[in-house]
Amino acid sequence: MIEVRQLSKSFGEVEVLHDINAQFHKGKVNQVIGKSGSGKSVLAKCIVGLLAPTSGEVLYSGESFQQMDKERKKLLRQEIGMLFQSSALFDSLTVLENVMFPLRMFATMSPAEMRERAGSCLKRVRIEGQDQKYPAEISGGMQKRVGIARAIAMQPKYLFVDEPNSGLDPQTSIVIDELIKELTEEFDTTTLVITHDMNSVMGIADHIFFIHSKRLWWQGTRDELLRSDNQELQEFIFAGSLMRQVRQAMGGR
Amino acid sequence: MGLLFHIGRYFMLLGEVFSKPERRSVYWRRTVEEMDLLGVKSLGIVALLSLFMGAVIAIQTKTNIDSPLIPFYVVGFTVRQSTILEFSPTIISLILAGKVGSTIAAEIGSMRVKEQIDALDIMGVNSAGYLILPKIIATAIINPFLIMISMFLSIFGGWLAGVFTGIISSSNYIAGVQWDFDPYIVTYALIKTVVFAVIIATVSGYHGYYTRGGTREVGISSTKAVVYSDVVILIANYLLTQLLLL
Ligand SMILES: Nc1ncnc2c1ncn2[C@@H]1O[C@H](COP(=O)(O)OP(=O)(O)OP(=O)(O)O)[C@@H](O)[C@H]1O
Ligand SMILES: [Mg+2]
Repeated sequence: MIEVRQLSKSFGEVEVLHDINAQFHKGKVNQVIGKSGSGKSVLAKCIVGLLAPTSGEVLYSGESFQQMDKERKKLLRQEIGMLFQSSALFDSLTVLENVMFPLRMFATMSPAEMRERAGSCLKRVRIEGQDQKYPAEISGGMQKRVGIARAIAMQPKYLFVDEPNSGLDPQTSIVIDELIKELTEEFDTTTLVITHDMNSVMGIADHIFFIHSKRLWWQGTRDELLRSDNQELQEFIFAGSLMRQVRQAMGGR
Repeated sequence: MGLLFHIGRYFMLLGEVFSKPERRSVYWRRTVEEMDLLGVKSLGIVALLSLFMGAVIAIQTKTNIDSPLIPFYVVGFTVRQSTILEFSPTIISLILAGKVGSTIAAEIGSMRVKEQIDALDIMGVNSAGYLILPKIIATAIINPFLIMISMFLSIFGGWLAGVFTGIISSSNYIAGVQWDFDPYIVTYALIKTVVFAVIIATVSGYHGYYTRGGTREVGISSTKAVVYSDVVILIANYLLTQLLLL
């Protein structure tokens, strides 16, 4: 479980997140939603410690990240898998080498085992026959999926995925969503998915966190989301016509 | 931001760079790749510059101090001394700072702006060490070879120019090159080269590592890397010359 306590983040004078309190549970898909620029990626980066929160703290299974020493942080990070919004694959390494990278750095396996593990991760994200290509030679959607494969290579206890669906077609999108759900249940991962794709929310979210005007504006389950009468939340989720039809079908307003 | 800030942060970065590697084998493989990329690929430019440098020194020496009072061996001697003492270690290092330094800063800088350094950090990899240490070791190993090749080619270039323009005979030139040779000057040159190599790799690594922003800033970092490497090399050169030769 990851717990965020009174977390605020400012860049200079500009405050991006204000007093966020949230618990992300183990074995659950936690989805963070919110408008573009609302601070979702910043929240994820504060949680994993890539950005230092201006105030507040983050607890991993009860242990405060801010109080850990450098060695402890490094060990914890070997249990974290993260997909960046920009994929952040290493340009100079091939697809296969990218996925093998964390294994080469930390795992105690033979090279053959590493290759096999990396291969099976790639297969799970439906990337096959691209092993020897470089990131620049595959499409953006494929880069995303390779990024996911790299994030899960070490079988992380904490999985962060920043917009796994952007740039993917609806079918692949569903495959990726389901993969995230599966992995979360299979390895009992604490998963945090950042998205503004409502299909993904309706498909796999166990718990939803809505960020709005710097705050954690609303949180709850999928059912609660559809029934909520929170004005800003409704404006966000029912912005698309598909979701409006869902609401009508449910007999809503 | 102040100079002191940069100096402080530079030494803190070095602390990270020299902390224990996660996996020696991975670092070593990177070092070998960097030796090829930063060293072997610089061979062409080093060779070209050195040949012409030696040739020009030979002709300059001959034409500027042409007098019956000057002994026959002075051309070979001058080429050898100036090449080994300054031209090869210092000038070639300055040139390498331009070529290698900008490559290092651009590579690390673009990894920074594309979040690839964040990706390393999040895996628990010591990103500063992983990215910069192999480059330091690679340049510190390979640059001395480049400089030795440069010394040889400069002296050879002087010979070519001297003999083909007919200003000096081959035997006189070679006698000059061999005249009063103290091997310590080569040691001195190689010590300087290693120091300069470390300066190039760390100063450029520093500028790349702390790039903020986008592709424009990567370009700026890369320019700064070259300028600051050059300045630090010149200062270090003065200090080392005083320390080692006086
Ligand atoms: N390093 C930074 N320095 C200054 N401001 C930043 C930095 N990173 C993010 N911001 C600001 O923080 C705000 C939130 O950015 P963030 O990337 O978290 O948005 P987001 O919710 O992830 O949006 P999107 O859905 O478009 O990815 C933005 O206004 C952005 O300008
Ligand atoms: Mg984002």
